[in-house]
Amino acid sequence: MKPAPFDYIAPATIEEACAQLAEAGGGATILAGGQTLMPLLALRMSQPFILVDINRIAALRGVTRSEGYTRIGPVTRQNEAIADSTLAKSLPLLVTATRHVGHHQTRNRGTIGGSIALGEPAAELPATAVALGASVEARSVRGSRRIAAADLYLGPYMTALAQDELVVSIQFPDWPSGTVNVFREVAMRPGDFALVGLTGAVAVKDGHIERAGLAWFGMGPTPIKARQAEQALVGQPVAGLDFDKLAGLAVADTDPFDDHHATAAYRRTVGRRVFARALSEALQVHQ
Amino acid sequence: MSVHGIQVTINGRRHDASVEGRLLLSDFLRMHCGYTGVHVGCEHGVCGACTVVVDGAAVRACLMLAVQADGAAVTTVEGLAGADGGLHPVQQALRDEFGLQCGFCTPGIVMTLAALTSGTGPPGADSLLAALSGHVCRCTGYQGIRRAAQKLGGGTQGEPA
Ligand code: FES
Ligand code: FES
Repeated sequence: MKPAPFDYIAPATIEEACAQLAEAGGGATILAGGQTLMPLLALRMSQPFILVDINRIAALRGVTRSEGYTRIGPVTRQNEAIADSTLAKSLPLLVTATRHVGHHQTRNRGTIGGSIALGEPAAELPATAVALGASVEARSVRGSRRIAAADLYLGPYMTALAQDELVVSIQFPDWPSGTVNVFREVAMRPGDFALVGLTGAVAVKDGHIERAGLAWFGMGPTPIKARQAEQALVGQPVAGLDFDKLAGLAVADTDPFDDHHATAAYRRTVGRRVFARALSEALQVHQ
Repeated sequence: MSVHGIQVTINGRRHDASVEGRLLLSDFLRMHCGYTGVHVGCEHGVCGACTVVVDGAAVRACLMLAVQADGAAVTTVEGLAGADGGLHPVQQALRDEFGLQCGFCTPGIVMTLAALTSGTGPPGADSLLAALSGHVCRCTGYQGIRRAAQKLGGGTQGEPA
């Protein structure tokens, strides 16, 4: 299948891209790595008038550290992120999550920001951004604003980004030392979208849980924060946690669906096991 | 509908062309340049048959626009064999291990393995085997392909996992 005709433009700067998005008045679609958009174009589920290719904008690539956070340019390729020495130190959870995105060949093109801005509910990176408290900086000719990942996802492939806005960076705040990461995904085959996925971090201080950020993917119309379980965890001593009870709370926040891969009931049952096991294993180092 | 002048180096040869914005890289390579070793199976990123190497990285040619390859160096399966027609080590390994039957998926698999083994150090059988997840083969049952990948990765042949 071939994409329907469109005008293709490849701006060299963020300003140019924002001007073109504004001028298109909603008729433009942004092309980042294209590993989801290109199939949608080929299947003609997406038929934009204008395709704005942001791959030639150098300012949208790379990883930088600042006091208290790590900043990732949205067009950083997923395989670049996996190989990045800064991310290996400051955001190992994101590296683990990115290894689960698609296949080696799609990660060579696919970008961190493309996945985060798209909001596929079963994808690893949006949920990881929600879990860790990340935020995106959205730029348009109207100005710049920061949107917390927790407020970004409204439904499947629906985000709070306006049609003229471009994500120009993603910021992940540092977590305290003594943070352990949690990542577990159940899928039919490696590279498939998750049937059930859990991602996040738990910070431990003096044997007690100081902070928890945990989010599900594949368990509802958006990434879903396990709020009740997070609240129940904070302040508790690590020794003697009731993982089954916590897992029940965590699954209570989900809203899974039936599809041809799995039923909602299956997802809930597996989710409970995934949560209890992933959390207890991650916290073993502190016991 | 926009039209763009592009310049792409394919298998070491420069190609200048004028392409529609919507033209896929896979179609450009096959129909405009004659590299029909780029096989098109699903044409939406699922099967891996169209895999080529763009600036050193294995990518799906059906998930890139031709205009995006402007200025890039592309290698297709036609660009691998030596000038004397001798097989590339990846091709030889697949042949030795019976890693193909009908051959439809093969050029894609060859390009993935060629990209991953083109560095200086050994890539490790694990990463080669993991990268095979990006390819669908309807014939072989994969075991011959896995053996070839293990061989290229310097690993033992071992039991099929
Ligand atoms: S033809 Fe490109 S992945 Fe199937
Ligand atoms: S050899 Fe026939 S599809 Fe792989």
